[in-house]
Amino acid sequence: MNYEAKLQNVTVLGAAGKMGSGILLLTAVEMADLQLKPENNSKNFALNAIDVSPAALTGLYGFLKTQVRKIAEKKVGLLRSVYKDNKNLIENGEIIDQYIDDVLKIVHTSTSIESAYDSGLIFEAIIENSDLKVKLIKQILANNNNDPWFFTNTSSVPINELDTDANINGKILGFHFYNPPAVQKLVELIVTKNTNKELIDFAHEYAKKLRKIIVPSNDKAGFIGNGHFMRDILFGIKQAESLMNEMSFTEAIYAVNKVSQDFMIRPMGIFQLMDYVGLDVCQKIMFVMKPRLNEPDLQSKLIDKLNDLNVKGGQNSDGSQKAGILSYEKGKVVAVYDPEKKDYVKIDDFKDKVDKMLGSLPTTHQPWKSVIGNKGKDKVLTEYFNELKGMDTLGAKLTRDYVTNSKNIGLKLVSDKVTDKEDHVNTVMLTGFFHAYGPINNYFNK
Amino acid sequence: MKRKIYMTAGYNTISLGTGRKEFHPKKPRPGIEHYIKEAGQGTLKMINGAKNVDEGVVGNFIASRFVKQAHLGAFMPMIDDGLRYKPSLRVEGACASGGLSLISGIKSVLSESADVVLSLGVEVQNSVKAIYGADILAGAGWFQDRKDGHAYFFPGQFSNRAGAYYEKYGRDKARKAFAIWYKNAIENARLCPTAQEYDNKTVDLEKVGLTEPNPRSFTDHLNVFDCSKVSDGASAIAILSEEGLKKVGVPKSEAVEVVGFSLKVDNLTEQPEDSTKLSTAQLAAQEALKNAGITINDVATIEVHDCFTVAGILMVEALGLAKPGEGADFVIEGNTSRKGKFPMNTTGGLIGWGHPTGGTGVHQAVTIWEQLTGKAGEAQIEIPSDRPYGMTVNMGGDDKTIVAIIYKKTS
Repeated sequence: MNYEAKLQNVTVLGAAGKMGSGILLLTAVEMADLQLKPENNSKNFALNAIDVSPAALTGLYGFLKTQVRKIAEKKVGLLRSVYKDNKNLIENGEIIDQYIDDVLKIVHTSTSIESAYDSGLIFEAIIENSDLKVKLIKQILANNNNDPWFFTNTSSVPINELDTDANINGKILGFHFYNPPAVQKLVELIVTKNTNKELIDFAHEYAKKLRKIIVPSNDKAGFIGNGHFMRDILFGIKQAESLMNEMSFTEAIYAVNKVSQDFMIRPMGIFQLMDYVGLDVCQKIMFVMKPRLNEPDLQSKLIDKLNDLNVKGGQNSDGSQKAGILSYEKGKVVAVYDPEKKDYVKIDDFKDKVDKMLGSLPTTHQPWKSVIGNKGKDKVLTEYFNELKGMDTLGAKLTRDYVTNSKNIGLKLVSDKVTDKEDHVNTVMLTGFFHAYGPINNYFNK
Repeated sequence: MKRKIYMTAGYNTISLGTGRKEFHPKKPRPGIEHYIKEAGQGTLKMINGAKNVDEGVVGNFIASRFVKQAHLGAFMPMIDDGLRYKPSLRVEGACASGGLSLISGIKSVLSESADVVLSLGVEVQNSVKAIYGADILAGAGWFQDRKDGHAYFFPGQFSNRAGAYYEKYGRDKARKAFAIWYKNAIENARLCPTAQEYDNKTVDLEKVGLTEPNPRSFTDHLNVFDCSKVSDGASAIAILSEEGLKKVGVPKSEAVEVVGFSLKVDNLTEQPEDSTKLSTAQLAAQEALKNAGITINDVATIEVHDCFTVAGILMVEALGLAKPGEGADFVIEGNTSRKGKFPMNTTGGLIGWGHPTGGTGVHQAVTIWEQLTGKAGEAQIEIPSDRPYGMTVNMGGDDKTIVAIIYKKTS
């Protein structure tokens, strides 16, 4: 396998999407770094950014420019040596600008699938709809004479299904980035018995160059990440519903969101994370997982209802959070959606009351931000959960249930053979979801 | 000297940048005119207004690139209407621009063309990210050397000096001395409310100072704590003749006398002959002391140009306080701390107080004025009666422009 040759003409399908644009960015930078090697001077590297939305493709250049600048600023020392023979490039600013140009030059946007017909490698990052994925792959296969490889970013559809349905003959694997791809370290790698070995070798090298951590997942719908996340959401909804004897729907959503963030020392509460990913995306993932895993419970009436009401979350083009089950001002949660009223209820109206019902945080509590970077975090967390274990408040009880359930989900992923190792589950949650601790832990044993 | 020269009415704005509570990289900040105005008005207030001022001078390195503003001399009348139509100019000598502002004022008074000069130094540098600021500051070196220089050009230059010093005199000793220098700087800054590191709460400063340099993220031989930070700020002081002092109504006891000075410049297009020495600084210091008719042992406190910790150590040697290679020991032994025999940079210096490049030379003079007149507040040190002198050494570029000044207590 020739790593460089495979990267000379690449396509990203769904390039203007949240995941696609991140994959495009990282791949463009990697390709530009190859292009800038003196021995590749005469070669022509091309990265096709294909998406259905012309408007989104236009916005893509702005995104790339900003992001490549950030990357260039961090490696300007290296870039100075890359451009050492160009006498016109003297200052850091000039070198950074040139690098941005050199990366952007590689990217060609298009709304037409035909642009993928010359590519040797295709990243698929379209919506979670297996029929559409199969259709596009088939169309490319029928017209592309370069023996193309497919790296799909699907977070739920089994790879062997795509392989069989699109008749790819093992030239496909799952290469699942986490959101946002430029930041999260994790890539879930999913191969099938049929996957060509060359693809696997390439995937490892490519991940290494991008400084990503690979966690292998077995080829079961949802894989490790969504295998945990979707069930974690469903538990959150169930927990909220169980609270509705003592409080309203919006209060319960607020309470569980607070428990799953502050009490559990996570970067976001479960409902904020659901909004971040998008309620439509969550719904699609559950649609994929439910029949394939034969688990009727992998569906949520609430999520379906909110989608019907066009309450979907996701992000605006500037990266800011759109309102979903929660609404936001400057990134902070300010209100909860009430599907009965079809309107948002301000949390200020009930926050004090619900906070009081939950009870105060343990005295040893530290916010996620300070725990995540703490080298001695195990000790901090052990002490914290020990204190929480002995507390009789509603907040502590909900936390214990949530943490225990999260662990059970992790153990189920192992017993269901989604992964062979408990460690893999923990690594996925630590590096793909930025959790401060893995779900399979012993904080509540003894 | 032909006439007696005094300085009084020193004023510093805060040194704004990372570390200050007021600093938010993404929020709007005061512009350069704010700093000029605040510092200028601060001094004018202490000398009974602008009417007595004969001339103004602004030291500034490179506002034309940092904030796209040139013609700084013409900002003087903005400070006070009373300065309209009076002479005012801007002087530049890289990070010694503040020192040149002082020299310019001293010379005007000496030449009897002025009795009162308002000397100012200013720089606003947080307008660009550090990686682009490095391009701008590289202008203090020869532009033809830029292409082959480090991304962080000046840290690269002084990293080379540190590397040479390690090789010649031992790395462990040198790194320990750098760490102690850093510790002294921060501890002194904590005593000065305008200092950039005033709020620094680090417990083990020496340990932080000993952080191993990382060539991948910064330079080969220096870590980020070895470097002064990016700062916005201004300082101002009045330079006066004896008549001038009378005119503004400030008693002599509130002023310091300038008893010696030296300005030395070396060829910008040449690399230093010996990287372990600040030869120009040495010559300037010697000349200033000679002009004052004293030796370094008569000086109670010194403000040296520690843009990098290594520069601090080399300054100690250039001043003749230690033999080559023994500046590190001198610092380790505590001689330069506020409790040592030669307290240096008693409000933090460039590393602790901050380094708004064009302002630094004037800031040094303000600190010495404060110390010799008992106005240094919490940072006040004792000035022994048999050593009533203070000294400043301000450096532009890599030992290229040096301003050394000797100040004497008046009462």
